[in-house]
Amino acid sequence: MAKKDSSVPSSSRSAVESVAEKKPAAALTQLVTAVEMGARQREISVSEFFTKNRHLLGFDNPRKALLTCVKEAVDNALDASEEAGILPDVTVQLEVVPTGGTTLPASQATRFRITVTDNGPGIVRQHIPRIFAKLLYGSKFHRMRMSRGQQGIGISAAGMYGQLTTGKPVQIISRTGPKAAAHYFEVQIDTKKNEPLVHENKQIAWDQPQGTQVTLEVEGKYQKGRASVDEWLEQTSIANPHVRLIYRTPEGETKEYPRTYHELPPSPREIKPHPYGIEFGMMLKMLQDTKGHSVSGFLSSDFCRISPQLADEICKAAKVSPNMKPRDLKGPVAETLYQTLQNTKIMAPPTNCISPIGEKAILSGLYKQIKGEFYTAVSRPPAVYRGYPFIIEAGLAYGHRPEDQTKPKQPAGPKAEGEGEDEHSELARVIRYANRVPLLYQQSSCSTFKAVLGTTWKHYGISQSRGALPGGPMVIFVHMASVWVPFTSESKEAIADYDEIQKEITLALRECGRRLGLFLRRRERAASEFRRRNIFELYIEEVVEACNRLKGGKLPKEKLKAQLQKIATSRTGGLKTDEALGKTGGGPEGLPDSIIVTAEGIEGAVEIAQQVEADAPKAAGAAVNDLSDKEQMAATNQGKKQKKEPAKPEKKAKNKPVSRKSAKSEKSPAPRGKK
Amino acid sequence: MATKQKKMTTAVEKKLIGLADVVITAAERAKDPTIAIPIRALSNVSFNERKGLIEMGCKKQARSFFNVGMAKKFMQTMLVADALSELQRADLTTSLREIYYRTKHTIADSHENTFDTQDESDPVIEDLEVSLAALREELHVRAENSGSIVGPVVFGDDGDRVDCAKLGKGGYSVPSIVEPEYLEIRRCTADFVLLVEKGTQWNRLSEDKFWRRYNCVLLTGNGQPPRGVRRLARRLHEEHRLPVYVLVDNDPWGYYIYSVIKQGSINLAFESQRMAIPKAKFIGLSSADPERYELPRNVGIKLNEKDIARAKELMNYQWFQKPAWQAEIKRMLGSGLKYELDALANKDFQYLTKKYLPRKLKEKDWLD
Repeated sequence: MAKKDSSVPSSSRSAVESVAEKKPAAALTQLVTAVEMGARQREISVSEFFTKNRHLLGFDNPRKALLTCVKEAVDNALDASEEAGILPDVTVQLEVVPTGGTTLPASQATRFRITVTDNGPGIVRQHIPRIFAKLLYGSKFHRMRMSRGQQGIGISAAGMYGQLTTGKPVQIISRTGPKAAAHYFEVQIDTKKNEPLVHENKQIAWDQPQGTQVTLEVEGKYQKGRASVDEWLEQTSIANPHVRLIYRTPEGETKEYPRTYHELPPSPREIKPHPYGIEFGMMLKMLQDTKGHSVSGFLSSDFCRISPQLADEICKAAKVSPNMKPRDLKGPVAETLYQTLQNTKIMAPPTNCISPIGEKAILSGLYKQIKGEFYTAVSRPPAVYRGYPFIIEAGLAYGHRPEDQTKPKQPAGPKAEGEGEDEHSELARVIRYANRVPLLYQQSSCSTFKAVLGTTWKHYGISQSRGALPGGPMVIFVHMASVWVPFTSESKEAIADYDEIQKEITLALRECGRRLGLFLRRRERAASEFRRRNIFELYIEEVVEACNRLKGGKLPKEKLKAQLQKIATSRTGGLKTDEALGKTGGGPEGLPDSIIVTAEGIEGAVEIAQQVEADAPKAAGAAVNDLSDKEQMAATNQGKKQKKEPAKPEKKAKNKPVSRKSAKSEKSPAPRGKK
Repeated sequence: MATKQKKMTTAVEKKLIGLADVVITAAERAKDPTIAIPIRALSNVSFNERKGLIEMGCKKQARSFFNVGMAKKFMQTMLVADALSELQRADLTTSLREIYYRTKHTIADSHENTFDTQDESDPVIEDLEVSLAALREELHVRAENSGSIVGPVVFGDDGDRVDCAKLGKGGYSVPSIVEPEYLEIRRCTADFVLLVEKGTQWNRLSEDKFWRRYNCVLLTGNGQPPRGVRRLARRLHEEHRLPVYVLVDNDPWGYYIYSVIKQGSINLAFESQRMAIPKAKFIGLSSADPERYELPRNVGIKLNEKDIARAKELMNYQWFQKPAWQAEIKRMLGSGLKYELDALANKDFQYLTKKYLPRKLKEKDWLD
């Protein structure tokens, strides 16, 4: 839980130092002695620092703070469940807390209670206080492992924010298994010492066999729309279709995002840092901390992709004795070693440490949440920037469901000049993820967004104005999975613009675009045959009338019309086209990992769509039911279409986590999160 | 005259009806009805140095009905042809915009309009002009009256006698159709025609009775002269042997106006035969004039990027290849300034009438 990345401590460290260095301005006459001054110097706790600088952690305004709290709690719940090999069931509840004796409506309320419940492994009792009420507790400086918890310093910061704004402690209920007792805690942070204060600690009866529940009371603002809690949860559900998410809004509504993908993402592996991704200062620190007895041993054991031979070669090149003690390596010599490391050709880091969402899961997520007629997903092969491996995934949902299209059709009527020109003004929406976590702020400075703008969508039959998003009913999904996602700032809302990353995103988007283009062209071809015939028929009437008037009204109109129509039929392919018109333009050959929804049914990765349909009706309303009925009918009507792969049996999916769990059992009971 | 008119109408109408025949014959032979339309673009234009005219080449594009890209255009062409023949039968003239409204309707059982904007119908009319080799006037389509004339010339217009020497300083508004059947030149005693680009300078000359003193006809087209003005100048030049002098601003657009009057335009190259005046002279404002007439630099306007690009384009046109013209344009580019006719007022309100033009005419200082 609360995977702490190194940037937080480093930034806090520097901040602490800078505060410490703020000595009284040098006065002309000495007013205070060095001793007195020395007496004023004192350590500043990280917690105190964050109390003053909460904007660094995403608590700059009440609306964002509410989202950040939900985010931290949900991220932790998901990370913990996945690490333990459990398919996550997460419930998020937002309630308005009455202030001054009155309960305000959700849109005006200023205080909220956030409750996040999961079915994860639970937390061992002894760890609870420190996990929830100590900043920087057991963070993972050198742990190179992909996880969601890159959003800051986790739940404790959220707890501290709550404590700061409402004075209320964090409430935790946790149970590690059906046989264990459930523990209830109320904890706060002693901000001076950065130590937990336990207010309450008792065993209680809890209806859940296993899991954790966190309750925070915070000041916040609930507002729907862009960058809201609702949007974040919806997007989370798209990128995490293996999660069952229940969301009770402060307005008393219950939204369920069903699980539509019944496999856990493969657990990411931890790797050692790659020499290219390390800074000099970091190397100095590693030299001090290493367990290796020699420099060459240090190189080969603390870095990935350095074999003992290579380590010796590097030492030789850097003119450092391979047997030297790492702790003795300092100053210019260390710097030479660092430079040599950077200049040596070293294999790219292993990429099995990253766990992409996968094309199928992306399709499933998109199909579940977005009503479209074409879906596709692309996972790029792993790539490397600055020594960090990463994978880019992109997806696309395009169009409207066929049944939705029929609605806005109006009866044919005359149109005035300038009418009907603004129909295609809709722009695409970009949804961005880093390690499966939706990014909602600072879209325009994000590498993914820039890549979307930089892609020439016109090549794929999509309109695009200069420097703008492509037009049309489209959702573009971009995910970056990496052991280290380079954010542009400590608020971690946009991915930095590394060339390698940009290139991968662009390649993924192009592939999506190509498939969309194919789909659109294929549909267009069928439609255009129809339209060709149609325009000729429309115009024949006009041309015949005009000829008739030119000839003074003495023309055998019907004869001319019949002759022209005959030509039209022969020119547009005749009977063959008639057959073709009945079809929708062929199956999805050449379109891997795509779903096409037509009025007659689904094509492509049908099993994914069916799985979604099978899981969805419980939660969603009548519209979805209608659809599934239609598709059922379509499925039975058209045996010839390649589909009807039976939905995967539930058992299989359920088995998997169990096996993983047993594999992991040696480690258990895993204290959640902060190691 | 009445019989002549009758004959003309039938000729044009026959051509229009011919379009219907194209469709009917093609339909009978199960062929795609196709009309050949000469291309109106620089690529299909050549400069005839001997005649001093821009002539249209013989490149044509086929417009056929059973081609998805052209079907609508074809249908529109037939509709416009129909409307034009209606005008012929009723013996009415009309404007481009009225044709647009006349032919616009929504096609049965659809959202689609035959024309969405006037931009679609205007080119179709020009297409018909070219492909039927009929003049716009013959098609009974008129442009707006946007030209004025004053001077010792007498017209007969619809039976009325119009003496342009007795119309005060406002003059006579040049109709868009000035063919002999519509406008008769009864008498003309002028020595030359002065065609002025701008209405403001024409007003100045008219108010100062310049035409009386120098016995000339003053014409303006308010910017790029419309067909009526060009055609009238040509008729005065041809029928009464009057030399034509052109007075325009000193900028690339002024040069181009002169060249259109002299050699014809690219878009209306097919009309050059009838409109162009190859012997027209460029009297001013030349890029040499600011120095010669001591115009201060501060009344000039800096050439912008568009001006410079246009000037360079002009230098490449075949009909601007005379060394004098190359030097003229180069001089303007070299100075980096353009001058309006109005700038002459800097020296005196009547400088144009009293000093500039008299000296020009006396020194025969013009470009060919």
